[in-house]
Amino acid sequence: MPEQLIWGMEVFFNGLMAGVLYALVALGFVLIFKASGIFNYAQGVMALFAALTLVGIMEGQVPFAHLINAIFGTEIHHFGWHVPGLLAILLTMVVMIALAWAVNQFIFRHLVNQEPIILFMATIGLAYFLEGVGDIMWGSDIKKLDVGLPQGINGPIDELTYNIFNYGFFIDNLDLVATLVAALLVIALVIFAQYSKQGRAMRAVADDHQAALSVGISLNFIWVMVWSLAGFVALVAGIMWGTKSGVQFSLSLIALKALPVLMLGGFTSIPGAIVGGLIIGVGEKLFEFAVGPMVGGATENWFAYVLALLFLVFRPQGLFGEKIIERV
Amino acid sequence: MKKMFTTLALGAALAAGPAAADLVFPDLSYRTGPYAAGGVPFSDGYQDYFALVNARDGGIGGEKARVIECETAYNTEKGVECYEATKGEGALVYQPLSTGITYQLIPKVTADGIPLHTMGYGRTSAANGKVFSNVFNYPANYWDAASAAINHLLEENGGSLDGKKITLLYHNSAYGKEPIRTLEELSKKHGFELGQIAVDHPGQEQKSQWLQIRRERPDYVIMWGWGVMNQVAIQEAANIRFPMENFIGNWWAGAEHDVTPAGEAAHGYKSLNMNRIADLPVFEDIKKHVHEAGNAAGDGSNVGSVLYTRGMYAAMLAVEAAKTAQEIHGTADINAAQMRDGMEALEMTNEKMAALGMEGIGPEFSVSCADHGGSGQAIVQQWDANEKMWKPLTDYIDSDREVIATLVAEDSAAFAAENNISERCN
Repeated sequence: MPEQLIWGMEVFFNGLMAGVLYALVALGFVLIFKASGIFNYAQGVMALFAALTLVGIMEGQVPFAHLINAIFGTEIHHFGWHVPGLLAILLTMVVMIALAWAVNQFIFRHLVNQEPIILFMATIGLAYFLEGVGDIMWGSDIKKLDVGLPQGINGPIDELTYNIFNYGFFIDNLDLVATLVAALLVIALVIFAQYSKQGRAMRAVADDHQAALSVGISLNFIWVMVWSLAGFVALVAGIMWGTKSGVQFSLSLIALKALPVLMLGGFTSIPGAIVGGLIIGVGEKLFEFAVGPMVGGATENWFAYVLALLFLVFRPQGLFGEKIIERV
Repeated sequence: MKKMFTTLALGAALAAGPAAADLVFPDLSYRTGPYAAGGVPFSDGYQDYFALVNARDGGIGGEKARVIECETAYNTEKGVECYEATKGEGALVYQPLSTGITYQLIPKVTADGIPLHTMGYGRTSAANGKVFSNVFNYPANYWDAASAAINHLLEENGGSLDGKKITLLYHNSAYGKEPIRTLEELSKKHGFELGQIAVDHPGQEQKSQWLQIRRERPDYVIMWGWGVMNQVAIQEAANIRFPMENFIGNWWAGAEHDVTPAGEAAHGYKSLNMNRIADLPVFEDIKKHVHEAGNAAGDGSNVGSVLYTRGMYAAMLAVEAAKTAQEIHGTADINAAQMRDGMEALEMTNEKMAALGMEGIGPEFSVSCADHGGSGQAIVQQWDANEKMWKPLTDYIDSDREVIATLVAEDSAAFAAENNISERCN
């Protein structure tokens, strides 16, 4: 088999894995948009905030230590304990639920029935606010995140492909874990949405929130639940991306990777986020592999948007998005 | 005799009474945004040193230094806004810690007569003082860094890189592209094959780039990175089992936070440095006079780190230039034009650095009208993940001035022609 084809296959599989990581971010956007019609600009920052909180809790860091020390002249930084990964994840989830409640209570409850652009602007404000709070709360230094996930080349795949192609494929163990987690997450979300009482209520709100209100569904509860779910997805994305690069403020920029996925997959479809992520991941990696060296490389950021725009020409609502038909 | 008169004049000026105004040093910092992890320690070091000079020495020549901090978030537009907002305060010198901002400020500072110091970043050909009257990039520039890295590899390979394959992994920006020209020249001279791989901002995703490196199997990878690009690259290098000792970052890819996220996997990674990391006596002074007095710029946790030390070094060079300017002009209350003269006459010796409690922090160099670039030397340091510290591998390495001088002359001549600048210092 020609060398280029073998390498292309390796790139293809790595593109799939990268796509799963993009989809993890996109999922959070979809959940909130589906249930409330809000395009949550703050989703990337939520991933950052969740990861910062997780590391802070794991390392026993005192939140707002810098502020406390500046006001009271103290010198406290750590509680002196370390929290195990799983417990820290649970505690972080509690923080994300509290955040969801606060976001609903102080922002979106007051913006019911406002234009989508107003809601979108509110999420921009929320993004900057959260970034600032995260900075004051946990500091801006880069933190190592280690919840025990494996990293590095997967030995068996390397060996297997070497035996077949005389060239061992590189597949990152972390990407394999991310794929597994994303699959479980999507299955869990679909089961929750289809078979649980709260899930059905969430779908009812998504279809028509006034009709849902009229049958006794609490909008406030559903929105807090949806923001909590988005917070959970953000935490998962934050763990995966934070393990790769350390937890730092550029994590919030991963949202940029989710936008073409959403354009392609549709803003309202959970499977769309996954399929969109895979198409974007594979497409940008193969383009970089085949065309990148001819044009100076670094094509992935812009090519992802080109790909998404191409799909939009034929399906404006995205691959799996709901077609909006408005009659006069 | 002349020196005695200037000293006497300076003494008389100082004795004449209290200063009318402070010496203003704007700090175009970035404590927020994706590059904050690098911006914070640099700014802490920069500000703490001025606070030390005020507290310990009573200022510079009796004049208090005043730092005006302005947040740029590493954003070029904000950087220009900061410049415009602070220059009217009597700013003596700007150090924006951003190549993008530097490019925008070069015409502005030249028109306003304010010096710009871009230590190890910015426009490399600004080393030519004949063309760039107000821009200084001592003690070394990007092209020096590229050459120092190659000289280190030459040393490791018995003086020959013939047939070797070296890949430049660079931030796809003006900053990242700076070393390309030098490396191309050096590849012709030394016979190595140069590969170039770009990483788009911010560099969170580098799978394609490292798969390419894995396929092409270069002997060495040189990295021109900043921010998250560095941490991801080091992790990805470890993932593909690229030998860390063959992976060399430039001096903006060699801080503690660049290597710690990868943990043990980063062991052996090398980087250049324009300032040596050591337990310098000046740190004790900073702790005593600044931190214990509650005047630290940050939380004090960065003291002694690579970028804190570099920020402090940058401030020290500004203070020494201000002292030189005071001596030249016989006044303590210098203005930007006089500061520029001080920078152009700056001479850093080992004795001077030792007397400041910073022995060996940087190379010896002197600045002149024609040469604003310093000695162009750099050290190579290596990360020890077990001890969690950078260890110097070499002394200050010379760059290939023959190649670099030609490139500087070409590039600055083109700039002069574009902007109708007549050469000075003739």
